[in-house]
Amino acid sequence: MFRVKYFEAIRTAAVIIIALVIAFLVISLVSDHPVKTIGIFLWEPLSTKGHIGNVIEMAIPLMFTGLAVSLLFRANMFNLGAEGIFYFSGVVTTVLAIHLSLNSWLHPLVAILAGSIVGALLSAIPGILKAKWNANELVTSLMFNNILFGVGLYLLNYHLRDAKAFANVSFKFEKTAQLSKLFTGTRIHTGLIIVLVLIVLAHLFLYRTKWGYELRMTGVNREFARYSGMKTAKVIIMVHLIAGFIAGMGGSVEVLGMYSRFQWTSLPGYGMDGALVAMLAKNNPLSVIVSALFLAYIRIGADMMARLSDVPSEMISIIQAVIILLISAEQFLKFWKNRMLLKEAKEA
Amino acid sequence: MANALLEMRGITKVYPNGVVANKDVEFSLREGEIHAIAGENGAGKSTLMKIMFGMESPSEGELYIRGEQVKLQSPQDAIDRGIGMVHQHFMLVPSFTVAENMVLGMEPRKGVGFNVGEAVRLTEATARKYNLAVNAKAKVEDLSVGMKQKVEILKALVRGAKILILDEPTAVLTPQETEELFRELQQLKEQGHTIVFISHKLKEVKAICDRITIMRGGRSEGVFETREVTEQEISRLMVGRDVVLKYDKSTIPHGKPVLTVDRLNVSDSQGKALLSEISFSVREGQIVGIAGVEGNGQTQLIEALTGGLRGVTGSGSVRVKGEEIRELDILDIRNLGVSYIPEDRMRQGSAGEASIADNLISTRYRQKDMNKGPFLHGSKIAALASALVEEFKVRCSGPQQPIGMLSGGNMQKVVVARECSTNPQLLIAEQPTRGVDIGAAQFIHQKLLELRSGNCATLLVSADLNEILELSDSLLVMYEGQIVAYFDHPSAVSEEELGLYMLGINRQDKEQTGRAVNHV
Repeated sequence: MFRVKYFEAIRTAAVIIIALVIAFLVISLVSDHPVKTIGIFLWEPLSTKGHIGNVIEMAIPLMFTGLAVSLLFRANMFNLGAEGIFYFSGVVTTVLAIHLSLNSWLHPLVAILAGSIVGALLSAIPGILKAKWNANELVTSLMFNNILFGVGLYLLNYHLRDAKAFANVSFKFEKTAQLSKLFTGTRIHTGLIIVLVLIVLAHLFLYRTKWGYELRMTGVNREFARYSGMKTAKVIIMVHLIAGFIAGMGGSVEVLGMYSRFQWTSLPGYGMDGALVAMLAKNNPLSVIVSALFLAYIRIGADMMARLSDVPSEMISIIQAVIILLISAEQFLKFWKNRMLLKEAKEA
Repeated sequence: MANALLEMRGITKVYPNGVVANKDVEFSLREGEIHAIAGENGAGKSTLMKIMFGMESPSEGELYIRGEQVKLQSPQDAIDRGIGMVHQHFMLVPSFTVAENMVLGMEPRKGVGFNVGEAVRLTEATARKYNLAVNAKAKVEDLSVGMKQKVEILKALVRGAKILILDEPTAVLTPQETEELFRELQQLKEQGHTIVFISHKLKEVKAICDRITIMRGGRSEGVFETREVTEQEISRLMVGRDVVLKYDKSTIPHGKPVLTVDRLNVSDSQGKALLSEISFSVREGQIVGIAGVEGNGQTQLIEALTGGLRGVTGSGSVRVKGEEIRELDILDIRNLGVSYIPEDRMRQGSAGEASIADNLISTRYRQKDMNKGPFLHGSKIAALASALVEEFKVRCSGPQQPIGMLSGGNMQKVVVARECSTNPQLLIAEQPTRGVDIGAAQFIHQKLLELRSGNCATLLVSADLNEILELSDSLLVMYEGQIVAYFDHPSAVSEEELGLYMLGINRQDKEQTGRAVNHV
């Protein structure tokens, strides 16, 4: 079984390579200087301290949402509500960041916790609907995204908007609320530490505690979990609370770490990206770190490419589409796995 | 072989989850014979048949029909070449009539519409031709199991099958129905059909088959003329050792009642009675068996005992150690010392992608000694899992292997290990050895008897008459949601006698069945 064991990892690597090769082919067709453009795409994100900083900054929110979605997927809940919660928790945090006056230690703590708790409570609604009445969590969570975006935008327009600014943005946050930077010359903020701690905690929770065990068993076979005496409805509500808490914290941290005013007038997309991160990570908390960094790396690469060459950054959508398509295509490379199995069976 | 109608050479099949179902299997079929394929479950019989019927393609190996090499891409290919299959679980549309089922996929037309008259005529003509009486206009859902099987056979015949594959055809039949099936098969043979008969019941194989191919562990152990081998020889080849079909049961005094069911009535949402006036008890150190044709209320009875009764209309009481459990949830019931081996190990009994260890602790991970502070006690769980894997002789690469990669018998051993190792005071065993090979079944039976010696009360529900007669201290027969017979010496009852009660032809009076309460 040893080589078969690595099959999933090998398959993921093959998917990424194929996606990159397709990207290069498209670049070759579009660009006047394909070699130079590919060089920019691959190398620029790592070329300077500032650019590496950009990659990590972008990876932070992806890790938050990727972790939240991983836990939901683990429980076999196809819930994509991280998007709306990420946004709305950002709004909640904005209110506190503007109106509270506390010292620089307590202020972000209170603002982030408030955003996280609101996220958890909002997330529980599709959870309860699923657990009690078996309402499809994909449908309810997607509708919730729209509701939360609408309400959030209303708050921004009518209650938080700074009329003196020349754009649709909120008042400035209190200086005390903003997260401090970790490294000079980059915008990497303390949110990185928060998310890494959270990922380790989630790993321990999932694989080492009885609650994590209940979550995993419910995800693999809910009927079995129920039969064994687990209260699966509670488990489902619990995972929604936790995932909402993490996604909400992601939105709060992003707002306080990267901006001095709230300025999202459309959904930022991190929640949906979280689903992609979770898929690449095979729903493993620790792997979320790597897959979020990878996604951030190709995003920044595409941005650099758009700025420095003649290929637009929308290019990246092709890579993402190919990755999602091939990862979710279960039959992809199956023939190869079958051949490996046959070989191993003969040796045994 | 010149006279081989169908031949398979060097068939190897590996499933995507890594299970090697067939390994270099040779099989050859003569025209006009009844050929048995015998073997324990997980020996690869069903896989070999699926390959023969085009449902699975072999990883390696060749298939010849009348000397010509063929590749079957789908069951349609097999049907076109005159191969028909009767599956263990019937492939019929319950809400359609017999005639409609017969012509499914090859409907006779009248203009653009469906020609009902022609379908009925075709069905009746075929039924007459093969002397298999069916009512063409009856709905399939109203038919008995034996009738449904007849429809399945006719369905294959009407499609021109010359080779009929029957997958465990007697598993769901009563002894009387089985006899009838055998007469029909003999007839078909006389008319020139060739039959492949898959079974692990040796008596039946001896009774009806000309030749037998024995399989063990995915390999073929050889082909024999049936009259030249004894049952003992066959079973030795199947299991690799001699099988004792009798158990030495010590007589132990039965203690206090653990489970008491008193005048339990349950009806479905339309008000149809599913269980009526069920009363019985199970005492310490006693195995009470429940026999009956499937679908006569056993499922509902077990649901009632395992926490599925909340919110269902009904009356009566179900008490475990004196405590009423009708409104308790599953966890509370389990906490009273109730263990439950479910009928369906894939759907309820196990979590396929999870490891064997994870599957073993699902009912006890909450206990104090399994946890250390906020964390699960990893080393203790690992030790427990290894010990259970060893004690229950689960064939696997280790406790971390996903349970879904095990064969049916080994998977069932894991389920039994989990349920039997928590010191249960009441064990509810529902079809504990269904689809399990003889070796594993014997092992599981031994474990049930061990628990009995440890004073555990056991309720055994099974369709396997041999098992239930051999293990039970007292036996109840269920028919249409009622208890119709009670026996206090099951080993003295013959399978034929039991069959009459199971089919509802005989029933005992109230006084006799009432003895199930006090066992006197």
